[in-house]
Amino acid sequence: MATITYRDALNAALREELARDPDVFLMGEEVAEYDGAYKVSKGLLDEFGPQRVVDTPISELGFAGLGVGAAMAGLRPVIEFMTFNFAYLALDQVINNAAKMHYMSDGQFDIPIVFRGPSGAALQLAAQHSQACETYYTHAPGCKVVTPGTPADAKGLLKAAIRDDDPVIFMEGELLYNLKGEVPEDDDFVIPLGVAALKREGSDVSIVTHGKMIHVALQAAAKLEKEGVEADVLDLRTIRPLDMDAILATVAKTNRVVYVEEGWPYAGTGAQIVSMIQEEAFDHLDAPVLRVTQADTPMPYAKNLEAMAKPSADHVVEACNKVLYR
Amino acid sequence: MAETKTTKGAARKDVLKAYGVSEELALEIMRDMLLYRRFEEKAEEAYAIGKIGGFCHLHIGQEGAAVGSIKPLREDDYVISAYREHTQAIAKGVAPKAVMAELYGRVGGSSGGKGGSMHIFGAHVRFMGGHGIVGAQVPLATGFGWKIKYRGEDSVSVCFMGDAAVNQGAFHESLNMAAVWQLPVIYVVEHNEYGMGTAFNRVSTTDMEEKSGPHGIVGVSVDGQDVLATYALFRKLVGETREGRGPYFVNLETYRFRGHSMSDPVSGTYRSTGEVEHRKQEEDPIRILKEKLFAGGILNQEALEEMDAEARRIADEAADFAENSPVPGPEALYRNVWAELNPNGRHFFDGRSRD
Repeated sequence: MATITYRDALNAALREELARDPDVFLMGEEVAEYDGAYKVSKGLLDEFGPQRVVDTPISELGFAGLGVGAAMAGLRPVIEFMTFNFAYLALDQVINNAAKMHYMSDGQFDIPIVFRGPSGAALQLAAQHSQACETYYTHAPGCKVVTPGTPADAKGLLKAAIRDDDPVIFMEGELLYNLKGEVPEDDDFVIPLGVAALKREGSDVSIVTHGKMIHVALQAAAKLEKEGVEADVLDLRTIRPLDMDAILATVAKTNRVVYVEEGWPYAGTGAQIVSMIQEEAFDHLDAPVLRVTQADTPMPYAKNLEAMAKPSADHVVEACNKVLYR
Repeated sequence: MAETKTTKGAARKDVLKAYGVSEELALEIMRDMLLYRRFEEKAEEAYAIGKIGGFCHLHIGQEGAAVGSIKPLREDDYVISAYREHTQAIAKGVAPKAVMAELYGRVGGSSGGKGGSMHIFGAHVRFMGGHGIVGAQVPLATGFGWKIKYRGEDSVSVCFMGDAAVNQGAFHESLNMAAVWQLPVIYVVEHNEYGMGTAFNRVSTTDMEEKSGPHGIVGVSVDGQDVLATYALFRKLVGETREGRGPYFVNLETYRFRGHSMSDPVSGTYRSTGEVEHRKQEEDPIRILKEKLFAGGILNQEALEEMDAEARRIADEAADFAENSPVPGPEALYRNVWAELNPNGRHFFDGRSRD
């Protein structure tokens, strides 16, 4: 184990997978000479050369599609979006091409590609640079969607994503890049997709979440603890495939659930999960399942408004109190 | 059909000399074009009686463009196209039976009935589809070129698109990247003058041949109704691209003799009946080649009719195969959504049984 940042954990995963498989290459805006807009690819150009660590023009649709084509032809591209805010331009390539090619060809083409980059809000970047977009991708059969919240998960899940034979949307957190944590140094440290992790144990209420929101959930759990309430905090880690067994287990344990997500509420990830909980664990519930999301508005710039818009530990505490009828 | 002409040996040679095409190859090209014509007519017939559903875009009138451009390729070269691709798939080596069965939505189809007319695939011969979003296949072709260069191979990637695709961002982003990285891709516009019902000159103020210039890619025009000229050009460009002198852009001028899809009339709204009739008369690629071969004494009426009978037989056989191929079983619905179902986690959320 080494204590490293989330950024360095991603860097290590990329380095190890580039070294392991010559068909893996990293392509995106500023990934090579600039060392990555967020320095995730630092040093990789020097180590692997310009053929495998490739700067692109600002053409999100174009290089995302190039990656899909390269994957159809047998390579294993890692396509970096500087942020997922810019990936809307490439949505056609991801949904219509990457996610459907295997099905439309009845299995003739695998699309082993990773689309990765930060998603969600950072600080005062305003509406077009502050959005959590996982729901666009989880919506489409054929996509896998991964949202690591800790350095260890970032490393183990990115390695799994690169080795997976399907398109994986790998969403990082811009505010997590400096987060430190213990990370195994083993080259074969791979966390399988579709396995949630219990980040805190408690038996009074379940906070189910994914990605960067695990930290908000953990803060809320710490506040609740002071009030004598013990929360289970379940980090889904992968939202498609989804570890439904782990969700049902925590529901059965606490009978009260709050779902926390960074994005908007309408048809968000939480909407799906709440629907499944009521279908499959109705008899275990002692209260309606509540969701905590971003305010249902575009993200404002002003610092005070932005703070209001984001899901906070206080929002989570309030929701937990509601499901506990406190 | 014209009367058979007898010609001396010298004339025989002259007819094909300019193109560097052997008599044997010229006859093979004729056979291919006849097959594509008869195949599409068979599909048209099957569509009319409800055997084929959905959208169905026929290539009738554009056979010369298909044969002339794909014939010079090797099996390890990549071809990708849009949704008017039945005959291009056959040209690249997908069996006519598999293409027809796909149109019928049957198990014996190239995608087991799950792709349909717009999504014919043949991974075994590097026919990479069959794509339904205008221009969205162009970045994929660029990716094949990337892979070829990445692995140091000498194959080429040929990307077909309709004339409407050049107004998409995907086209321009792709050509720019291909030029920057010198990828072995030949971008080919089958310019049939209409994007669905919109004439090209209504949506572009520059000529087709000029579209690639701003990206630093040489653009070449050729008469796609002259199959031998098309073949000769592609043989040259494929060779040069294989040697690392690509990418190229080809304006393959052609004309479709049918509507945009089976649901459209051949003429009447955006183009006149007179225009279509005139073009069919003057620019039928089969007739143009026939006249050359007759003039050169390489083919006569009797031999042509034999060839045509054979083409009809193959098309009929494909339709019979499709008719007799079963519809996909229910197990096919959930098959191949993902290449890899992970051992953990739920992949499907419809709450239905998949057994």
